[in-house]
Amino acid sequence: MMGFNPGVKKRTWLRGRNWPYHVALVATALGIAFPLLYATLIATQNNTEIFAFQMRPGSALVSNFESVWVNRDFAGAMWNSTQQALYVTTGKTILSLMAGLAFVYFKFRGKWLVFFLVLVTLMMPTEVMILAMFRLVSGFGWQDTMASIVVPFLASATGAFLFRQHFSNMPVELLEASQIDGATPVKFLTRVLIPLSWNVIAALFVIQFVYTWNMFLWPSLIIRDESAQVTQVALQTLTNIDGALTYGPLMLAAIIASIPPAVVFLLMQKPFMSGFALGQDK
Amino acid sequence: MLIIGLVVAALAGLAYVRFLFERRDPIRYAVSSVVAVGGAAVTPIAMGRCGFAPETSGVDHLMAYGLMAAGAAVALVVLRSVFDRQDGVSDDSEAFAGEIRSGGYRMGWWVPWVLLAPTLAILIIFLYTPAVQTFTLSTRLTRLGAPRSVDVCLGNFSELLIASPFRLVAYPLLAIGLVYGARFWRTRTSFATWPRRAADVAAIVAMLSVFVALYAMFSPGGGGNVDFRSVYLTTVIISVGIVVVGMSLGLAIAYLAYRSLRGGSVYRTLLIWPYAISPAVAGVLFFMIFDPTAGIFTHTMDTWFGIDVPNYRESTFLAQTAIILASSWKILGYNILFYLAGFQAVSLDQVEAAVIDGASPWQRFLKVVWPGLSPITFFLLVTNLTYAFFEIYATIEFMTRGAPAGDTSVAIYEIIRVGVNNGDLGRGAAQSVLLFIAVIGITLWQFRTSGRRVTYGGA
Repeated sequence: MMGFNPGVKKRTWLRGRNWPYHVALVATALGIAFPLLYATLIATQNNTEIFAFQMRPGSALVSNFESVWVNRDFAGAMWNSTQQALYVTTGKTILSLMAGLAFVYFKFRGKWLVFFLVLVTLMMPTEVMILAMFRLVSGFGWQDTMASIVVPFLASATGAFLFRQHFSNMPVELLEASQIDGATPVKFLTRVLIPLSWNVIAALFVIQFVYTWNMFLWPSLIIRDESAQVTQVALQTLTNIDGALTYGPLMLAAIIASIPPAVVFLLMQKPFMSGFALGQDK
Repeated sequence: MLIIGLVVAALAGLAYVRFLFERRDPIRYAVSSVVAVGGAAVTPIAMGRCGFAPETSGVDHLMAYGLMAAGAAVALVVLRSVFDRQDGVSDDSEAFAGEIRSGGYRMGWWVPWVLLAPTLAILIIFLYTPAVQTFTLSTRLTRLGAPRSVDVCLGNFSELLIASPFRLVAYPLLAIGLVYGARFWRTRTSFATWPRRAADVAAIVAMLSVFVALYAMFSPGGGGNVDFRSVYLTTVIISVGIVVVGMSLGLAIAYLAYRSLRGGSVYRTLLIWPYAISPAVAGVLFFMIFDPTAGIFTHTMDTWFGIDVPNYRESTFLAQTAIILASSWKILGYNILFYLAGFQAVSLDQVEAAVIDGASPWQRFLKVVWPGLSPITFFLLVTNLTYAFFEIYATIEFMTRGAPAGDTSVAIYEIIRVGVNNGDLGRGAAQSVLLFIAVIGITLWQFRTSGRRVTYGGA
């Protein structure tokens, strides 16, 4: 391992005795994982086992799963969240690509004004205007619809600026060559720019997927019908089953609810890390 | 009274040209004072001069003057960019257009507009419209779902402040005076002497006095007013707690990981995965750990150490600590991720030079690594603050629901409690406006500072 990179200058101060650091790191990783490990243990137990503080897996995993997945239709909430997250991430990526294209490759009157309008939204988090937004979207009659949790989030300054920055770092020759070939802007976007932007697209996808999936406040206000609810809010209905606090099912549901964003994050870690360097806006 | 405000604005417009611009001519003086008066007149016109109505209190007059001053200030700042462009001193216009090689396609004028239309439509309908409506709602008394509403002018805001206009002016002036006084004192001292150190301490104290002044300006409740001091204090304690705990732990762990692993992606994954966890799930997990009857924390404290921990939801300190711990845990992965990236940017040659010079590991960190991390630290400060302002709503909802007695009810939680649960849209909107002002302040501070001191090398 040590001599693996013969070309790299040896940084002796970085080496030294390494094992204490590894011990410390493993301990830290375990410390960070503790809440999740503990929840996993509880997820397998029934209330008797939990109150006895039993420290080995319990007997109730299957029945906990049943009460979460079947009785409370957590599956339905997971499906709603999946749809929402995919619509928002796809829509936002397309809209951001279009905005980036317009900002970098077109010259038009009023560009500075548009740029300014988009820039200012960076300091306008949805949460500070959530009451007015609630009244507005309710006025559209959108309560309990997928539109209410998708459409308002389809555009963002973060996405537009991410692509704007990425495109403006690309060589000018790309545009010139494609113009000589007579490509339309749409063709230029789909044939040239997008294939060169997969890292950025993946990074935006991870950020937006995690952000959308983990949304809580807005769906909790605008969605009141349980069958249209998203996972994060549906968790709340699980704090209480048949009039009693039920820890096992709640922990199991929390773990299940974390699987999709965790999988997306882990699978796309590499492009995420390389693309993220560009997107430190938000 | 309105006239006094407009006259002051006109004078301010004249002074603006006199003291800030090289090129001064009668036209500029005239334009500047007209623009200042116009800016100052915007809010009184929009609100029907209600802030100066005879039946309103001194606090209302004060706020109405404040709004006029803000309007004039914004108008003058915009005017400055126009004058600067005339004088050719500014490169603002290019920075705004943004592009080194803007354009390229020469097509119909409508093509870029078609490309931008969906983005603009959504931003205008779902961000700008509710933003404006938040301001209009904040001047009214209106029930959720009820069609009628009453114009209460600035009443929703004066409820949140103390009743004395004199103190409302004196406290912020005092705090600002302290900040600039400390800064001035610092310029009179020289490097690495004891007066400099004392001045540094004074600067920190002066910064803290700003927080204290704000606390003193908010209403302590009673007499039909809202106890906004406790909302403010709770928000400050919990946000500062999350920023301090989350960022210092993140830095320490990233430093540890960076030293020994160098590219070991397994460790990195094991450290940063909570990034994908939601604030709601963080709340659920810590709800379990700290549960007074079934949770492992209470049980361990009792059986191992014989400490009888009270129910955390009934103790201000424990409830706030629990929220801070859960939220810091959730944001920790994010902080580690960015600090790891930050360490990559620290020059190894400089660190090596420090080693050769015989610097101790601690000196090495303090004098070489830490300054190199300042852009990342600054960036994280802003993102962590945003997270602490908004995202922790779900964590609170699962852990304490604002208990005990509103001591974990941070601003966003209070806005929903007042605006949705109590159905009092106007009052909720007024609190939203204050939070909005705080966010704008932080963002502007970020823009200014990141333009000046912080360098995002390449990225």
